[in-house]
Amino acid sequence: MSLTSEQVRKVASLARLELSDAELSDLGAKLGQTLDYVARLNELDTDGVEPLVHAIELSNVLRPDVLAPSLPRDRGLANAPRTDGKHFLVPAILEG
Amino acid sequence: MSSLLNLPAAELVTRLAAGDVTSAALTEECLAAISQRDSSVRAFLNVDVERSLAQARSIDARRAAGESIGILQGLPIAVKDLICEEGVSCTCASRMLENYISPYSAHVIERLRAAGAVLVGRANMDEFAMGSSGENSAFQVTANPWDLERTPGGSSSGSAAAVAGRLTPMSLGSDTGGSIRQPASLCGVVGLKPTYGRVSRYGLVAFASSLDQIGPFASDVHGAALLLEAMAGHDPRDSTSVDRPVPSYTNSLNEPLKGLRIGVAREHFAEGLDDEVAEVVRRALDVYRSLGAELIDIELPHSKYAVAVYYLIAPSEASSNLARYEGIHYGHRTEKAGSLADLYARSRGEAFGTEVKRRIMLGVYALSSGYYDQYYVKALKVRRLIRNDFDAAFAKVDVIAGPVTPSTAFKLGERTSDPMAMYLSDIYTIPANLAGIPGISIPAGLSPSGLPVGLQLQAAPFAEETLLRAARMFEAATDHHRLIPPMARS
Amino acid sequence: MSYDVIIGLEVHVQLQTVSKIFCGCSTAFNPDQPNVQTCPVCLGLPGALPVLNAEAFRLAVKTALALNCQIAGFTKWDRKQYFYPDLPKGYQISQYDLPFSHDGHVDVVTEADGGAVRRVRILRAHLEEDAGKNMHDESGRGRDSLVDLNRAGTPLVEIVTHPDLRSAEEARLFLQDLRLLLTDIGVSDCNMQEGSLRCDANVNLHVHQPDGSKVATPIVEVKNINSFRFTEQAILHEVERQWELYQKTKQTIKDAPKSTRGFDPARGVTYAMREKEEAADYRYFPDPDLVPVTVTDEQIATLRGELGELPAARRARYRDQYQLSAYDAGVIIDQGREYSRYFEVVAEGCGDGKQAANWLTQDVQRELNERGLTIATFPVPADVLADLLKRVTNKQLTIKAAREVFGALLEGEETATTARIEAIVAERGLAIVQDDGAIDAAIADVIARNPKPVADFKAGKQQAAGALIGQVMRAVKGADPQQVRERLIAKLSE
Repeated sequence: MSLTSEQVRKVASLARLELSDAELSDLGAKLGQTLDYVARLNELDTDGVEPLVHAIELSNVLRPDVLAPSLPRDRGLANAPRTDGKHFLVPAILEG
Repeated sequence: MSSLLNLPAAELVTRLAAGDVTSAALTEECLAAISQRDSSVRAFLNVDVERSLAQARSIDARRAAGESIGILQGLPIAVKDLICEEGVSCTCASRMLENYISPYSAHVIERLRAAGAVLVGRANMDEFAMGSSGENSAFQVTANPWDLERTPGGSSSGSAAAVAGRLTPMSLGSDTGGSIRQPASLCGVVGLKPTYGRVSRYGLVAFASSLDQIGPFASDVHGAALLLEAMAGHDPRDSTSVDRPVPSYTNSLNEPLKGLRIGVAREHFAEGLDDEVAEVVRRALDVYRSLGAELIDIELPHSKYAVAVYYLIAPSEASSNLARYEGIHYGHRTEKAGSLADLYARSRGEAFGTEVKRRIMLGVYALSSGYYDQYYVKALKVRRLIRNDFDAAFAKVDVIAGPVTPSTAFKLGERTSDPMAMYLSDIYTIPANLAGIPGISIPAGLSPSGLPVGLQLQAAPFAEETLLRAARMFEAATDHHRLIPPMARS
Repeated sequence: MSYDVIIGLEVHVQLQTVSKIFCGCSTAFNPDQPNVQTCPVCLGLPGALPVLNAEAFRLAVKTALALNCQIAGFTKWDRKQYFYPDLPKGYQISQYDLPFSHDGHVDVVTEADGGAVRRVRILRAHLEEDAGKNMHDESGRGRDSLVDLNRAGTPLVEIVTHPDLRSAEEARLFLQDLRLLLTDIGVSDCNMQEGSLRCDANVNLHVHQPDGSKVATPIVEVKNINSFRFTEQAILHEVERQWELYQKTKQTIKDAPKSTRGFDPARGVTYAMREKEEAADYRYFPDPDLVPVTVTDEQIATLRGELGELPAARRARYRDQYQLSAYDAGVIIDQGREYSRYFEVVAEGCGDGKQAANWLTQDVQRELNERGLTIATFPVPADVLADLLKRVTNKQLTIKAAREVFGALLEGEETATTARIEAIVAERGLAIVQDDGAIDAAIADVIARNPKPVADFKAGKQQAAGALIGQVMRAVKGADPQQVRERLIAKLSE
């Protein structure tokens, strides 16, 4: 099976990935191949099997409510593509 | 003169500790080797000569002043370029993070510095650790020191090649589906993936959080044990880090295991395994038998589903872990954005490579409304069945022995157009990540065509000590780990 | 045709922890210094990992218990995925299918004197991280938006009600009760100006049809309302708007999906928010960086014990025990638990709950406001005020004299003491003179010297007594005017 370009476009939009036409068609085919391959899981009856998120199952890992040093602002912003020295800058967010 | 870099790690540490060799001299030798040979291996993305020499000299000065140096004694180490170090670039071999400098250090970096490591440089890899050949690096393709036309494996390509090419005695990698063990096997070095939670992931750039573990590469088992010992242990900054004591892996390393029970799974020798690899692995099993180990047939009936499970879980987690790269808080930002929506899609579209895009797309698809139960939850259920297989096996045996990868190093370019073929090269390594168990690849000899073949040993959760001792038994009885690629012989 | 108003609320409450939910950065409100309370974890930097704040979880469970919720024995963390500049990881750590609590209720008193009660069922309460803050260019010139991540990672409890509220006023009363409850148990300051309590309202109408059936209008979610008054205004406007729209279009819930609107407080209207290009698909899945939390019955019992007496119970007790009006009880309880404790010490100490309530709701409240103090920093401790008021109940001081002492206590540099009361009363001769003989002698003297007013009084001019009382009071410093009045009138009436 191959995903239609419509399906691929929808997933790309959710993933926030701008794709070229060549990438769209390649992805449709390659994703289709992978989905065909993983379909073998349907051979297995997994009713009543508890999903396993972590192989080593821990619980109740908590930290005390104490302050730790924050990063100085200039270091927190150092990798940002655009700042005003105090904030991260982004193109105008339209809400109205 | 015979290069220090041809010496096993155990001996280097002894000489450093005794003051016979200085860290600066050893580091200089590494830097010289890199400048001579890395133009053909291309293992390093970044080498900081001044900084590593300064670290080495400072360690030597401390030793001269009678201060205690950690167990690494000034050994130079290469670090896969997805483990953060304060003030150092961390690109993940991606255009996305080409200019990213981490403002903080990973737990393992702090531990290694405290243990007396000299961090010489950053090793190449598949972009965001997605790949099995190193060819997904946005910057360069690393070659296998045994045959420069061939892949070193991946995703920890540079880390494996640096050790195999005798550029550094040890390195750090990360293993999500085999990314340490597979390149270790293809490059003829030792590579270990610890139990999930044994080594803190704090500061390891995430690919698939429930599968990722940092682990060591070294030219021998002692080196791997030493490096693991230096970095294992609880870290309160990683919720999945397990709070449990770390034994001294090096202390017990040379004690052979009496009555060792080795599990051999039929599934590891089924179709897909190259004959020349199967032959080397069978000979390795014979070595163990000759050492008094008992070989026991076991079954891992769900292992044939592991690749399918992995290619749902890992991309799902990756699609989420990589959502943070959007050109706002850090990372590549497109020059062509009009609106905010364009900025996201274009920045990501421009800066991620093809394989990363494929996996993000697959993950988004598997988690999206209407498919979640069919794909993601189903994969988690089969994941438990795979874990149960291992639990049953380890009730009967101490370690499981088998191949690491179905073939020896393939030619660069050979599989880049066929992702499924590439994915299947991790068929024997993926189950350990899904089950959280430790696994090691040790050199088991060369194929008839002269390429390294690894033997994989796997053990129960937190049984690294058993795993390393079993590995050392084999190593002590063979000479495979002393094989050095022709290009690295000095 | 008439209609019922159907309202459900989603309330976000910031918990009062020192540090953020998954890292050690401060949660202090600090809009003037953007991006200083951030670290690799809350900036979502590559490689950083979250670890749950134990206090955030504890306060969350207390919150849920105060809302009469069931606490789950096992709860986990999920990623809610969407892209927005105030969300640096590209997902919010939240709870999806296994929230830590569910199925509670709050009884809202909807009539002033406790007449009607509306039970608002709580569907669930879950714990999550807050996002940062985006600031938009208000000039309309489309300049860059600014992102401040100080707030990112502040612990939030999201409380989701069933659609049980039936008017804008009920919604406001619910929120006021909720704020009282949560500030009283100390889990949140619920400061709406600072965004510690924020509300989304889901509103629609059930329109009565001629055949007796009801038709539901499409549901509208009004987002991010940040005051009680605005909540009421937004809902009132939304109800009016939906009713007009229904009459025009007859559109029902089957014809249109849920839509999202904002509220413009300046114009008092709701406005359509830009619809997203595709329907939201948050792709929730368990966060592999965090592990589940389990809660035992013993832990729940301990936390329940720590809740103490909740405001509704205290309100009832104040009415029974101190005969307070619902209004006075409300004023005191609304000031918080410490204020209530202060009141109780004063009421018990002076033996007159109503007098204590009068003082607290008037004199004490006024001084707190004027001096910008809280009850914790008020310089007259509860036992000292109790001592002062006891002198009034015991007829040792007049109310007027007590006010004078109270004022003098506040002028002092130090914290007031009972010894200081004693001293002020003595210095200023404020004690009521209990000497009946002296008073009677003064009365006799005043009557003798003022034949005209005496005659006037006897002729029926009651007000003539005033001047006589004044003269007696001047003659006997510290006499109780009430007592003087009674004895003078008795004498004149002989």
